[in-house]
Amino acid sequence: MRLFLGLLFRNRLAAVGAVVLAAILLFVLAIPVLPLADPNITETGKRFLLPFGEGHWLGTDHLGRDLLSRLLHGTRLSLAVGFAAAFVAATIGSAIGIVAGYFGGLVDNIVMRGVDMLMAFPYILLALAIVAALGPGLMNALVAVAAVNIPFFARNIRGVTVSLAHREFIDAARLSGMGHGRILASELLPNVLPVIVIAMSTTIGWMILETAGLSFLGLGSQPPQADLGSMLGEARAALITSPHTSVVPGVMIFLIVMSINLLGDGIRDALDPRLRSGALDRPAAMTRIDRRSPPPGAPAAPPLLALQDLQTRFHVGKRVYKAVNEVSLHLAKGECLGLVGESGSGKSVTALSVMGLVASPPGVITGGAVRLDGEDVLGFSRSRLRSARGDRVAYIFQDPLGTLHPLHTIENQLVEAIRAHRSVPHAEARARALELLDAVRIPNAGARLPAYPHELSGGMRQRVGIAMALANDPDIIIADEPTTALDVTVQAQILALLDELRRERGLAIVFITHDFGVVAQLCDRVAVMYAGRIVEEGPTAAVLATPAHPYTRRLIACVPELGEGRRELAAIAGLPPVVDRLPDGCAFAPRCDKAADACRRGEIRLAGEGTRRVRCIHPEHPEETV
Amino acid sequence: MANYILKRLVYAVPVLLGITIIVFLIMAAIPGDPATAILGSYATPENVEKLNRDLGLDKPLVQRYLIWLVNMLGGDFGRSFSLNRPVLDEILERFAATLVLAGTSFVLCSLAGILAGTVSAARQYGAADRLITFTVLIGISVPSFFLGMMMILLFAVKLRWLPVSGMYAIYGGGDLPDLLAHLVMPALALSAVATGVIARLARSAVLEVLRQDYIRTARAKGLGETRVIAGHALRAAMVSIIPVLGIQAGFVLSGAVYIEMVFQWPGVGRMLVEAILKRDILLVQGGVVFVAGCYVLFNIAVDVAQSLLDPRIRT
Repeated sequence: MRLFLGLLFRNRLAAVGAVVLAAILLFVLAIPVLPLADPNITETGKRFLLPFGEGHWLGTDHLGRDLLSRLLHGTRLSLAVGFAAAFVAATIGSAIGIVAGYFGGLVDNIVMRGVDMLMAFPYILLALAIVAALGPGLMNALVAVAAVNIPFFARNIRGVTVSLAHREFIDAARLSGMGHGRILASELLPNVLPVIVIAMSTTIGWMILETAGLSFLGLGSQPPQADLGSMLGEARAALITSPHTSVVPGVMIFLIVMSINLLGDGIRDALDPRLRSGALDRPAAMTRIDRRSPPPGAPAAPPLLALQDLQTRFHVGKRVYKAVNEVSLHLAKGECLGLVGESGSGKSVTALSVMGLVASPPGVITGGAVRLDGEDVLGFSRSRLRSARGDRVAYIFQDPLGTLHPLHTIENQLVEAIRAHRSVPHAEARARALELLDAVRIPNAGARLPAYPHELSGGMRQRVGIAMALANDPDIIIADEPTTALDVTVQAQILALLDELRRERGLAIVFITHDFGVVAQLCDRVAVMYAGRIVEEGPTAAVLATPAHPYTRRLIACVPELGEGRRELAAIAGLPPVVDRLPDGCAFAPRCDKAADACRRGEIRLAGEGTRRVRCIHPEHPEETV
Repeated sequence: MANYILKRLVYAVPVLLGITIIVFLIMAAIPGDPATAILGSYATPENVEKLNRDLGLDKPLVQRYLIWLVNMLGGDFGRSFSLNRPVLDEILERFAATLVLAGTSFVLCSLAGILAGTVSAARQYGAADRLITFTVLIGISVPSFFLGMMMILLFAVKLRWLPVSGMYAIYGGGDLPDLLAHLVMPALALSAVATGVIARLARSAVLEVLRQDYIRTARAKGLGETRVIAGHALRAAMVSIIPVLGIQAGFVLSGAVYIEMVFQWPGVGRMLVEAILKRDILLVQGGVVFVAGCYVLFNIAVDVAQSLLDPRIRT
């Protein structure tokens, strides 16, 4: 509860709402002790007095009645009626919803069909019909407004109850011999209550408005008794000559409804955990770049792509996750580099950092450089980065169902990719799209163009993903686990396709995977990542034959080989570390069987000769593994 | 597609029947004797009995309902005693005026709401987002009838830009510019709340979609941000926005009752309120069923629009 109030008041607007509402309530409750004139005493000699006059702070109305007094009495009446309507609607509606949701079956079916019928009405028609039947009057207006809102509560609460009714604790209560009544009251109700409170807090302002509306129409409170709505309704006749008599009750309704809305939003945010964590932040068009020190200079003979001491972090609340920690890599023209590691090792974030595609918030690139032909991509303007994306560096992502737009046809998505970089007519782009689908060996490509992604198989979708990456003949393709979501035979086809395309077109590929088997098929060189850092790097054949880092050796041991069924598949015990609190020294030490004290102290450098590098004090010796 | 529409229409039949039953039951629950209500408390018992017989009120409930239903299907909604003309004629005339007002407001609030919500999402936490969020908060808290009254004071009385009320000028009006001038204020006042609600929803729907993987794909292709937001994010968000548009249409139709009173707009809402105050039951009954029925049909149109937008639910 204290946590809840804390959350509520951290939301400044909700606090403003609470204060305004409390002030109004205070005035209304103080009516008996305030020196107010009788709200119903008419004095025709003092009609339409202006505000701030003597004896009448807010002036008088068309019958010379004191406006301040009428305002406070009217507010009291409006609040009472609004809250009563909300309470009645919530109680009856929730009861219906809980019973329907708990018992299910026929009861549920009949009740919910009825609710659907009632919700088919624009609400006011139902309210008007009820008032027409019962006759104008404040109580009847209350009944009408409550009745109109019952379906809303019934439907909401039923939804929640259905999801709760089959949970273990309800089953347990049932098995322990509790009756339906007791289960409903002691097990279900406490769990449904927060939802009822949220629903009430978001509708109560609305109900006050609706009752005021009916009174405004002359169908609610009848003279001389007045709530805010009927005050406004009576004042309408003199709107032009004495506007203050309209403004006073109108502003009061506005203040009440606004403060309740603010408070309601605050309550909803405080009770809804999804909104609490800030999960609804949207990623910006490019990753935020906040380099603490100037980027390292370009090398003398720049390769096609070079990452230099790249650092990418995630700022979540007060925690900082070092997802990519001083990673340096290089890629030559036509080369295929494998980037290997378990999930969470930072390989995908490294790849996304290249074109500023890491979601921000929470991602921030805090240091290093990405150099494309020697130019610092992280220093590119938005428009320059945009024109490099897809044109020079293209991506293939893991799950082609989630990464293709579900509501655009294949044709649209391919044509769009082409026309983002070349101003060609649609027909020409379409012809090119057809060529691309042929190039990725999609049979009967013409028939696929008007299809939507959900109409294709997983393998076909990934071929479309590859075609899209090829659309502008990029220099580099970054493939982020492109085969992980596919079954094994399709996986082999896709790998073969990528290998062919690479040789045909002289593409450079960064291939990200957790599977050394795939690396062996495709990659010239391989870099192994662990906890955001490169731990080993070298030509694929050499690394496979003589892995130097214990982690690499054990990753390789995870790959099953055909015909060697007797070998034990060695999973790596333990989990990768969480990258917001990395231990000193080697991050792999807690899972390594060779770890010594020295491994847990100080910085261990990535060292080596020629093309091979390893970050380990006790590297594996080739002799050991032979 | 035709199949889908047909299916939706067939499903609407029980809903429409349910509406007539609910309205009939509410009206049948009227305490006291409708004939006495019509004739006044000084009516002779013979007259009351005769009227009851004329209105068919001496028959059992189910039979009365069926007669009413069959007559309605034949276009006979009965005769309004207070206006002394057929109920359907009156409804059709008034509903046309409501349609002009509510239709304009619905288009306004849909366009403005979606635009504001999308901009707000694209500029999350920026100045535009804060300004829109604040305006929306005020918009959804102001009672539409009060807003309408304040607009009259400002634009009609003080600035004299627009006519105070009505649908056409009494002398010399009647053409389109005249109608538009009369329409501006009521349409704006009526759309304020719905615009706010739609903007709020559109903002969170677009934010939700912006976190999807296919948005990253669109950016990786090198699309400009406008294209990413409008062509990809909003397109996908529309799937969750459109059903809310259908719901908001009901709120616009409801709000029209107040706005028609404030601006003396000769619509069906004002007709209903006047009919209630005169206890003209047949007019209320017919009006409610007619408008609710139109709303059900409108929601079918919304479903069809939804299926045009989302190929995954087209069957």
